[in-house]
Amino acid sequence: MEHSGIEAEGLVKTFGKVRALDGIDMVAREGTVFGLLGPNGAGKTTGIRVLSTLLQPDAGTARVGGYDVVRQPREVRRLIGLTGQYAAVDELLSGQENLYMIGRLLGLSTRDARGRASELLEAFDLTEAAGKYVKTYSGGMRRRLDLAASLVGRPRFLYLDEPTTGLDPRSRLELWRMIRSLVAQGTTVLLTTQYLEEADRLADEIVVIDHGRVIAAGTPQQLKTRVAGQVLQARPVDPADLEATEKILSAFATGEDATHNDGQLVTVSIADRSALGQAVRRLDEEGIGIEDLSLRRPSLDEVFLAITGHLAEEEPDPRDENRERSTT
Amino acid sequence: MSAVTFAPTGHANGIRNTLTIARRNLLHIKATPEQLVEMSIQPLMFLVLFVYVFGGAIAHSSREYLQFALPGILVQSVAFLPFTTAIALNVDFQRGVIDRFRSLPIARSAVISGRILADGARVVWSILIITGFATLLGFRFGGGAAGALGALALVTAFGLTMCWPMAFIGITARTTESVNTWGFMIILPLTFASTAFVRVETMPGWLQGFVKANPVTSVIDAARGLMLGGPVARPVIQSVLWMAAITAVFAPLAIARYRRRV
Repeated sequence: MEHSGIEAEGLVKTFGKVRALDGIDMVAREGTVFGLLGPNGAGKTTGIRVLSTLLQPDAGTARVGGYDVVRQPREVRRLIGLTGQYAAVDELLSGQENLYMIGRLLGLSTRDARGRASELLEAFDLTEAAGKYVKTYSGGMRRRLDLAASLVGRPRFLYLDEPTTGLDPRSRLELWRMIRSLVAQGTTVLLTTQYLEEADRLADEIVVIDHGRVIAAGTPQQLKTRVAGQVLQARPVDPADLEATEKILSAFATGEDATHNDGQLVTVSIADRSALGQAVRRLDEEGIGIEDLSLRRPSLDEVFLAITGHLAEEEPDPRDENRERSTT
Repeated sequence: MSAVTFAPTGHANGIRNTLTIARRNLLHIKATPEQLVEMSIQPLMFLVLFVYVFGGAIAHSSREYLQFALPGILVQSVAFLPFTTAIALNVDFQRGVIDRFRSLPIARSAVISGRILADGARVVWSILIITGFATLLGFRFGGGAAGALGALALVTAFGLTMCWPMAFIGITARTTESVNTWGFMIILPLTFASTAFVRVETMPGWLQGFVKANPVTSVIDAARGLMLGGPVARPVIQSVLWMAAITAVFAPLAIARYRRRV
């Protein structure tokens, strides 16, 4: 097997008593999108910081494109582009000046740096705002500029640390589109996110980490099938029938906590699809009109809940490695 | 897309990286004109207020006091300028700009040296504004052109020296508020408990000890001697030794902190 992607073995990083990384193993193949999924404080950002040479691990090794992040940091830095959770662009410069500066730092001539800057401004739909100070940019524009800044050196490996956190849905879709087109051009993307939908939509492979450990790994499809069974959802025509519906469907549920009623929709985890016919018959016998009935594989959200025992949107705990810079 | 060639990275690039970062820091002045006020108008206000408010009381004549106080005001202004070094580095860390720089294949020292180079330019600017204005108010160099140039060079060197401890504070402190607190607690006593505004003989004995040992006093005495004509050998040597010592202690500390800060 060729070792040209991102590989980590037994990465450990502690901050005081907190083990932010507690033995992480992962392999991201070149040319794919690799998702690092986990709740706040799971160790995602620490992982990215180790893989981008910003932090030294206490134990374990990591290689990017065959270079060791501890012994050959300079070579690694030549291969990577980093877009942080906090848009790391200079607010007191214009968008154009930000990109020009990075081009110059990367060794481009003044002319090439200017050319590369306008190319990226164009590609990220920032040409109009090119001369304006970044402090006047919207959140979405900042993220786009941040992404553009990480691409000035045409990195083989692009690290995106929660690239869409805090973005409105439209900007998020736009950013996803841009990420996909980068991958189509051959860039390897390492993505951290707490949005399961994001990992589902973008990643070829995912590792789920929690408390600094890998607790699950595989393709989004594999992860979904890991949680046994299927999900049955029913929406009664008359909301007054919700409780009756819940009672009937709970008879087919895989466990005591497997039924959920959100006030409109009853969701039940069932063992297999044979339950569907019986459920429909029972509802019919009781005279409950059903407006919408669906059977589907569990979403990554449900997978996540099943694996970690808690929801992804849980409150950040003190392990959060970003405590010092927390902006929310 | 156009073909782009990347220059090989080496030591020559360390200097180029430094210049690029210095340029970036100076561009910030364009975005925040308050900085221009801070480095131009503020020292002039100090000069005018001190000379015309206290001049009569301290030296019985504003004109005479201007001669005495200008070297002190110059050194004080220059000692406060590196606050920008501290705050700007602190903000860069908090905003994640330093992370971006550190993830690039550039000389790691370039971020600090570029910062200090830019602040050196600000120091020179302030010195020229203050001395130019003081000359208009009637200040006269009594130590000749060589003395004047020597004094300005010495004060510039002092300003650059003070960038190192302030860089250390800026990198170490977690918030800009604590940068302010620590910075003022150090710079304010050092500049006021010196020979900047009054002669040391007028102070109580316990304070005289501190004032005489204060590196700022050495720099002011040296600058005063060079600008007005007077004994310079001892304060100049003392100043140079102090500046070398401060740099030798705080430059490695600041760089080590920079490397290690998460």
